[in-house]
Amino acid sequence: MIQKQNIIIVKNLVKKFGIFVANDHLNFEVREGEIFGFLGANGAGKTTAMRIICGLSLPTSGEIKVAGFDIYKEREKIKRNIGYMSQKFSLYPNLTIRENINFFGGIYGLSRTEIKTRTTNLLEKLQFTHAANKLIREIPLGWMQKLAFSIAILHKPKIAFLDEPTGGVDPITRRQFWEMIYEAAEQGITIFVTTHYMDEAEYCDRVSIMVDGRIEALDSPAKLKEKYAAESMNDVFLKLARIQLHESV
Amino acid sequence: MNRFRGFVIKEFFHIWRDPRTLLILVGIPVAQIMIFGFVISNDIKDLHIAVYDQSQDEVSREITNKIISSGYFILDQSIDHPSQIEESFKKGIVREVIVFGQDFGENLERLGVADLQIIADASDANTANLITNYTQAIINDYLKKLNATHQIPLKIETQVRMLFNEEMKGVYMFVPGTMALILMLISTMMTSISIAREKEFGTMEVLLVSPLKPVQIIIGKVAPYVALAFLDAVLILLMGVYVFKMPVLGSSTLLLLTALLYILMALSLGILISTIVKTQQVAMFISLIGLLLPTMLLSGFIFPIENMPLILQWVANILPFKYFIIMIKDIMLKGVGVAYIWKEGLVLLGFTLLFIALSVKKFKLRLE
Amino acid sequence: METQNQIAVKVGQLSRSYGKVKALDLLSFQIVKGELFGFIGPDGAGKTTLFRIIASLLLPDVGSVKVGDFDTVKDFKEIRKITGYMPGRFSLYHDLTVEENLNFYASIFGTSLEENYELIKDIYSAIEPFKKRRAGKLSGGMKQKLALSCALIHKPEILILDEPTTGVDAVSRVEFWDMLKHLKTMGITILVSTPYMDEASLCDRVALMQKGKILTIDKPESITANFKKEIRAVRSDNIYQLIIDLREYRHTESVHPFGQDVHFIEKGGISTTATELTDYLHQKGHHHIHIQNINAGIEDCFMDLMKEE
Repeated sequence: MIQKQNIIIVKNLVKKFGIFVANDHLNFEVREGEIFGFLGANGAGKTTAMRIICGLSLPTSGEIKVAGFDIYKEREKIKRNIGYMSQKFSLYPNLTIRENINFFGGIYGLSRTEIKTRTTNLLEKLQFTHAANKLIREIPLGWMQKLAFSIAILHKPKIAFLDEPTGGVDPITRRQFWEMIYEAAEQGITIFVTTHYMDEAEYCDRVSIMVDGRIEALDSPAKLKEKYAAESMNDVFLKLARIQLHESV
Repeated sequence: MNRFRGFVIKEFFHIWRDPRTLLILVGIPVAQIMIFGFVISNDIKDLHIAVYDQSQDEVSREITNKIISSGYFILDQSIDHPSQIEESFKKGIVREVIVFGQDFGENLERLGVADLQIIADASDANTANLITNYTQAIINDYLKKLNATHQIPLKIETQVRMLFNEEMKGVYMFVPGTMALILMLISTMMTSISIAREKEFGTMEVLLVSPLKPVQIIIGKVAPYVALAFLDAVLILLMGVYVFKMPVLGSSTLLLLTALLYILMALSLGILISTIVKTQQVAMFISLIGLLLPTMLLSGFIFPIENMPLILQWVANILPFKYFIIMIKDIMLKGVGVAYIWKEGLVLLGFTLLFIALSVKKFKLRLE
Repeated sequence: METQNQIAVKVGQLSRSYGKVKALDLLSFQIVKGELFGFIGPDGAGKTTLFRIIASLLLPDVGSVKVGDFDTVKDFKEIRKITGYMPGRFSLYHDLTVEENLNFYASIFGTSLEENYELIKDIYSAIEPFKKRRAGKLSGGMKQKLALSCALIHKPEILILDEPTTGVDAVSRVEFWDMLKHLKTMGITILVSTPYMDEASLCDRVALMQKGKILTIDKPESITANFKKEIRAVRSDNIYQLIIDLREYRHTESVHPFGQDVHFIEKGGISTTATELTDYLHQKGHHHIHIQNINAGIEDCFMDLMKEE
């Protein structure tokens, strides 16, 4: 196998809020083109870490490089090379599909002609051409999620950050979504997914599991299941979290 | 009863724990009264007055001297013809003219009563009111000393005339106005927001599936606000009376009852709004844009209704605020009793019943 | 024997629309007293609408709903006394403490925390150490426990829980289902909705729902056992290419990624041997090919039923 380069390098990332340590010496790398699952319970520190890696907030200490850029000095360059999608906020409900695409294409600095051709391609691929002028709030949740993801990678970023992307959709739509992620990864986009849905972890190449601000495990789902003698990632997670629970009591 | 108590306690918790609510409850009334109160100047010093002394006797001169030596007033000119009175005002320097009737001292001595007229430039209504009050106080003081040596108390009949603004529009309008505004804010906005919040957080669903009757839910929600709004009404009145020396000529009980009626009207409006809206944001928007602005602009609080275009006058007439302000003003400044304000009271009551009827019709036992 | 089972909830020909959208489309089913019954489906399946109607919060357009002997339209007052309802967003007052929330809900049902402490003891004990904490500052799992305690405070006969495990982490989810099992032993009928297919196996019976319709209703093990198609789990070193290639294969009925596997169903049952399939995939350039016949899970059934609709 060809040794792929590390596109995200995190060394000794620490983030403190007062005396509360949200991220306690995180160390990990994400390889170019892989689907990396960043798992943890609510409040384990996933979101905090992801915000730092995206360049939205600064760590207390640590060395972080994203797409070859330094998190302290080159945040603007980092932002230009990443795409972001979250379930909570992604698209403007009062704009149409087309207007949303135009808007987000615009803020990522795509030219008008580029936006135009990419919009046409995107609408065709998602089979939304007939609905391009529908408002986002009128379309089903599944469509919204697919569209949000497509928009997040419209400017062909090196890394796409997905913050709990697929909640509440039916199993078929959910799988279509994951196929889109596979496709993006195939094209060389690195996917960084945070989630606390353990079944989503099964789709990732490698996953890290955070418990109480620390990364307790990092490997491929298959190897983790083997290591913890578990049937699913859910079991792996439960075992890890329970150990932690006993320690803390 | 236990259910009701639990409800009210919970509602008070919401209020105490939300700094914004507390700010609205206490901060806004105080700030507003202060702002309105101080913008209207109440500092009296070296105001120019004129004296038209028709009797020119010892007593009238003594009184004039006493007024001038008080430090508040400067004698600008002496007048010897009635036609000069208005003239002196029009120059803009003289703010008050004191007119002693003929045989002033003699009348006082012989009949025990004398006439005195105080004419003030009421284009600045607040100042005019203060000047005349000061002048009267000085005269009364003089009289008191005089009476110490007399067996039968002497009387000076002072007649106050406000020139250029006979009805004293604008005087102390800020107290009734602020009351109308603040009580509306608390009663309407806060209740509608607090009910909308229950809808937004999904807690209304649980309240609805509980054995509570809708009436119980509503009363439980608004009861604390009745109490708080009433306290605010008292706070505003106390500030008006003690900080800004506003007179309360009529019955305080009647005044408070009027405030209570207005609060109930505003609450039922708040309930009506909350039955229509689903989110706090919309409740706030309707309360502010739909109610606060009309209260300020169309109640006669800032702009006299008589000077408005006819169409706005009609609008003002179908809004409840105007009636409350009329009632409060008449009780406080004119000292009238129920006989004079019952019509306005009925209008407010009518509004209250209308809003309640609509709310009952709109309030759903279920969701939509 | 069956006739002895008392019916806790009976729904007949129930429909409900919001404007043009049919939220519920002619549902009929019965829930037996003491059952732990799951409604499973994605957002927009109609779960919340159904629960609101059963809780007498919404009126049906057509059809009848009975809770015990009470009609949800006529006897809603009676129903409100015997049901405990926990809406989707954990209806708690965020500015009140844990204890204050409980006391409030107890008071509006005319009871007190002390009176029914036994019933909620197991659930409440986990959050009791934090009883002075405001509900808004609790973790998702603790909020969920508090909301359940609040729904139980008046000793309901029927508990209606709308998506209680959504947005809650895996550990809390497991704990929550343990609590439900415990409540079931106390004879409480429990209706629970969830978007998580894997929670189906924890219910006595489930209704799989999609777009206002019930796809099927049965014991979870019967649903999977009744799945007649044969499924193969296929794996290779390139999952994305594997999906594409399997779709192009002759006889393909469906191809769905399941984590690191791809579930592959052929039209009219298995017609190719594993070797044939392996050869085909080799030809397409796949390595580390692994093929295994597997039993259907609830999710396989759900997707299959969705397609039939």
